[in-house]
Amino acid sequence: MMNGASLDNLIIDDQAAGLFRVNRRVFTRPEYLELERARIFETCWIYAAHESEVPGTGDFRSRRVAGRPVILVRGDDGEVRVLLNTCAHRGALVCRQASGNARTFQCSYHAWTYNQRGELIGVPGEDAYSPAFRRDELGLARPPRVESYRGFIFINFNRSASGLSDYLAGAKEYLDLVCDQSEIGMKVADGLQAYSIRANWKLLVENSFDGYHGLPTHQRYMRFLEESGVDLRDSFNPHRQKTADLGNGHAVIEYDSPWGRPIARWVPPFGELAKARIEAARTRFEERCGPERAERICETSRNLVIFPNLVINDIMAITIRTFFPVSPDYMEVNAWSLAPADEDIEDSRLRLDNFLTFLGPGGYATPDDVEMLEACQRGFANREVAWSDISRGMKRDRPLITDELQIRAFWRRWNELITAPQARRARKAA
Amino acid sequence: MNQKADSEVSRREIEDFLYTEAALLDEWRLQEWLELLTDDATYQVPPTDKPQGDPTNTLFIIADDAFRIRSRVKQLLGKSAWAENPPSRTRRLISNVRVLEDDGENIRVTANFAVYRMRHELVDTYVGRYEYRLARREKKLKIRERKAILDLEALRPHGKVSFIL
Repeated sequence: MMNGASLDNLIIDDQAAGLFRVNRRVFTRPEYLELERARIFETCWIYAAHESEVPGTGDFRSRRVAGRPVILVRGDDGEVRVLLNTCAHRGALVCRQASGNARTFQCSYHAWTYNQRGELIGVPGEDAYSPAFRRDELGLARPPRVESYRGFIFINFNRSASGLSDYLAGAKEYLDLVCDQSEIGMKVADGLQAYSIRANWKLLVENSFDGYHGLPTHQRYMRFLEESGVDLRDSFNPHRQKTADLGNGHAVIEYDSPWGRPIARWVPPFGELAKARIEAARTRFEERCGPERAERICETSRNLVIFPNLVINDIMAITIRTFFPVSPDYMEVNAWSLAPADEDIEDSRLRLDNFLTFLGPGGYATPDDVEMLEACQRGFANREVAWSDISRGMKRDRPLITDELQIRAFWRRWNELITAPQARRARKAA
Repeated sequence: MNQKADSEVSRREIEDFLYTEAALLDEWRLQEWLELLTDDATYQVPPTDKPQGDPTNTLFIIADDAFRIRSRVKQLLGKSAWAENPPSRTRRLISNVRVLEDDGENIRVTANFAVYRMRHELVDTYVGRYEYRLARREKKLKIRERKAILDLEALRPHGKVSFIL
């Protein structure tokens, strides 16, 4: 076993009894984080960036993805590359700016220079090296796999992983419902919400598509909606809810929601001027994709988790949210707003306002989620209470969004990957 | 001569105003704080990576209009804003107060802040600079625009801005 971590009794998955339990030590013990690094974050497709973040030749961003500093840069050939941000010489970060535009990247330490493709093009005093020293072997390294789906760029450190499209499986349908909101493509807005939570990263996975906490945790947001003139009656219609295991650990909840949607569901607080614009947008959708799909896109909300750590919530605005564990009880979160690239300024203003009423570290909802997750992590100090219950809806034919099918989909895949080597050994021994 | 005397008095007046505002916020006297605002007041906290951004095209942390400020206060004084129930203890340190412009009607003011948040026995410090647009209403100062520009590169480990920064 990798580090002495016991892989027994991590999960109780008893379909017959209708009980699903997760052992809380996976939220607190460092040996499980180590296993996650090796067996999940280095084998799965991890979201790195959206293509719209580097629109022009030479545009770059540098950030940490799966704990590694990387550079995303669009080359002169139009390709977006992901380069591992460590000089081939002695390891310094080559790019020490968060964003910008550059033809070359020069390491400040010894002035080794790389181009937009990561090729090493400049080495001061190259005559000091023997013929065995070869520039073409010393470019900036890259993750073994980089692929994108409709603008979402993912990386994988497992060279023999199956392709991104296969990996995304049933999640593609839901990514399409987001990306189809624009005919010309989606764009991430300026402004990164960079925050943190003093809790285990998997708690944020659970929270991001948990319907059960909507009313109790977000009471003050619901009251705000009501006071701003939104009708909450008939909201969250149980007959118009869907939860789905999308394969490979991805899952989604889709539902009738009471809040306004920039695309395209008007509510009174949006004001009369917005009403005409939103109705026009709705009509365009009906012409483009038919009344059924238009209704689905415009009227319903989706909370989608792409295993392991990408959340795309298409709710009162669209947020892309990723997070990474620094330690078992602390994660760093990044969140962005995604919108049609050709959205006009009035629609953008409306959308961003709507986003902030709920989402982000200053919204009326996300901070209460942060507080709840931190409360769970503190509660885990009671180690004797070993199990979390995630059994809701296990015996139902059609679970509701307030059930926990979507959360179980994540955990089953998590358990599969974490125990994989042990399972292989067990099969060999049998 | 007169102008210099005026601005000296004005700066003291503005410092007193800011210290009073800070006391109201630290003491969670939020209804009284609301009375310091004009009817069309705005409250903004720009994103840490684009402090000079425009909220119509840039995702902020907070971009409240007057209605949302009032709603925020109502929520914070209610029982179900879990992030502030129980409420954080805060202590604001305001300094480097400068009057940037005073055209008689509008006064632009800047000041540095360090706001300490005490919560669950952890202390997080929010550091930045305020930009205010104050208005004179019947000899009293009122806040028209209030922007808290964080110098933090990220809300880490703070996690949230759930009180009035």
